[in-house]
Amino acid sequence: MTGFLQNTFNGLVSGAFYALLALGLAVIFGMLRVVNFAHGAFYMLGAFGAYVLLTEAGVPFWAALVIMPLGLAVVGMALERAFIHRLTRLDPLYNFLLTFGLTLILQDLVKLRYGVQSSPYQTPSALAGSVDFGVFDFPTYRVFILGFAVAVCVGVWWLLTNTRIGMVVRASTERPELTQAFGINVGRWVTPVFGFGIGLAGLAGVLAAPMRAVNPLMGADLIIVVFAVVVIGGLGSIFGSVAAGFGIGLVQAWGEAYLSDFPIVSQTIVFVVMAVVLLWRPAGLFGREEAPA
Amino acid sequence: MTSTVDTPADAARPTPPSGLVTVARAPGWVRYALLAVGLLTALWLPNGLYPAVAVDILCWALFAVAVDLLLGFTGLMSFGHAAFWGTSAYVTGLVAIHLGLPFPVAVLAGALTAAALAVPIGYLAVKRTGIYFAMVTLAFAQLVYYVANEWRSVTRGENGLQGVPRELFGLDLRDDYYFYYAILPIVLLGLAAAWRIVHSPFGRVLVGIRDNPARARALGYPVHRYKLTAFVLSGFIAGLGGGLFAVGHRFVSLDVLHWTTSGKAVIVVVLGGIGTLWGGVLGAAIVVRLEDWLSFSGFEAIGLVTGGIFVLVVLLFRRGIWGSVAALVTRWWAARRR
Repeated sequence: MTGFLQNTFNGLVSGAFYALLALGLAVIFGMLRVVNFAHGAFYMLGAFGAYVLLTEAGVPFWAALVIMPLGLAVVGMALERAFIHRLTRLDPLYNFLLTFGLTLILQDLVKLRYGVQSSPYQTPSALAGSVDFGVFDFPTYRVFILGFAVAVCVGVWWLLTNTRIGMVVRASTERPELTQAFGINVGRWVTPVFGFGIGLAGLAGVLAAPMRAVNPLMGADLIIVVFAVVVIGGLGSIFGSVAAGFGIGLVQAWGEAYLSDFPIVSQTIVFVVMAVVLLWRPAGLFGREEAPA
Repeated sequence: MTSTVDTPADAARPTPPSGLVTVARAPGWVRYALLAVGLLTALWLPNGLYPAVAVDILCWALFAVAVDLLLGFTGLMSFGHAAFWGTSAYVTGLVAIHLGLPFPVAVLAGALTAAALAVPIGYLAVKRTGIYFAMVTLAFAQLVYYVANEWRSVTRGENGLQGVPRELFGLDLRDDYYFYYAILPIVLLGLAAAWRIVHSPFGRVLVGIRDNPARARALGYPVHRYKLTAFVLSGFIAGLGGGLFAVGHRFVSLDVLHWTTSGKAVIVVVLGGIGTLWGGVLGAAIVVRLEDWLSFSGFEAIGLVTGGIFVLVVLLFRRGIWGSVAALVTRWWAARRR
């Protein structure tokens, strides 16, 4: 039983990263119809930025947790203005290709400067040690990640459902032309929303720094798993993306623990789940069928 | 042509959609001249380039044409074609090493395996279109990558398959120069097959599906089945390229299955020109040559350059090389006739 709870907890923690990344992808996709391939690269930049800030400027974790997401959000907004914006009227495939190219560039830039080896990042002292939950104890840092990620997801949910900005974003996601016809300047919100999504990726990166190896390729394979996650949840659905993120984290952790004779299972199970979902509900668990193209 | 009947076979489009159509509409002598230039270039290539690079160009030309068959003529962007290229590379390598069969047989076995793998992946992937199709194919290719990575007893994991023989009835093909001419007929056959598919009634239906799936469905065409057939054929051609690549390098590593390989194939097609078929061949030649030159001059960040090319092409040059040239020639032609 203790083992089961421990596995479940670890699954939720890795699910938290999927959820944060999938959430950013879903928000960006909803507003811009852009699937951002560079999302994994921004996650990597978040972690690398935190590492560089600490080692070269002595900036602590807590400051990095604020600086990196904001900084990357600004970078994201500049990127949207400079490039992505030019292609949003065209087939979404062009922006997918553009962000793929950007991914290669960002990865290689970091690789040129810092090499490919992984760099360790010290867990902040306030979050070292572990929390005793009676029957078992967990590393404090992981408890923090889980709590923080859930808080962010709930916060975004609240923002979308209870504020005027959220209402505008939801309306322009559903019916951009109609929203425009009501006199709302949809275009004004596109750039901030893109920046916001990128900021979430950066945030996930900073959170990952003390827990995972910081290297230029840390986001490369992760982004493909996150793509599978959003296909499972339904790309248009923000709730679906978050739920599928946590769900896949759990399924992977259980697979790893109970099918440990087959290490392949935990790596590939997400794709198998995706295949089943495609057979059963092609639009994703929480997605709606897109209009036939 | 006074008939107003609109069938998928001559799906009316306001403008020529691609350079290929421009070429097909060009006068006969232009087409034969282009064909002759292409064939002569192919025959001359290893004399002007390092033969190993010429071999790579041939393999990548097949890969690009396979991707363009889907992207340009069926309207499906596969971002997971490394699954077929790489699977065929591994199967070809294993057959050649363990059974010692002549390399064309090994390559055929590899390509058939790739086509067989394309059946289930394609069956699931064609349920989605557009950007979703790209994400789904990408995800399945990653599944194949992980399986190859874990299945070390067969694929040798990170070490890769080494010493893939170039067996062909006792001929000495160790020199890349001779090997180039040994694979050239196979590559030309693959390219001709792609051309034949595009210009067949089947290919016209594919274009019809690309342009208006709802109408194709209304006319009674089983859209999913057409797309799946195109996907499997494309997997086979990509497999031909991957198998030859394995024999060409005498070595297969996990790179052949990685998503960067899938992405590179799409870059090559976009650079050459989507929906131009031969543009992909041109794109393959440029990218392979450029990468060889970069790695030869000791430049480490190849992704910086390929990524940069990608960004520039997508932003400024979406018709690609072949598409742009074809558009220029068409305009010149129209002006002259006026």
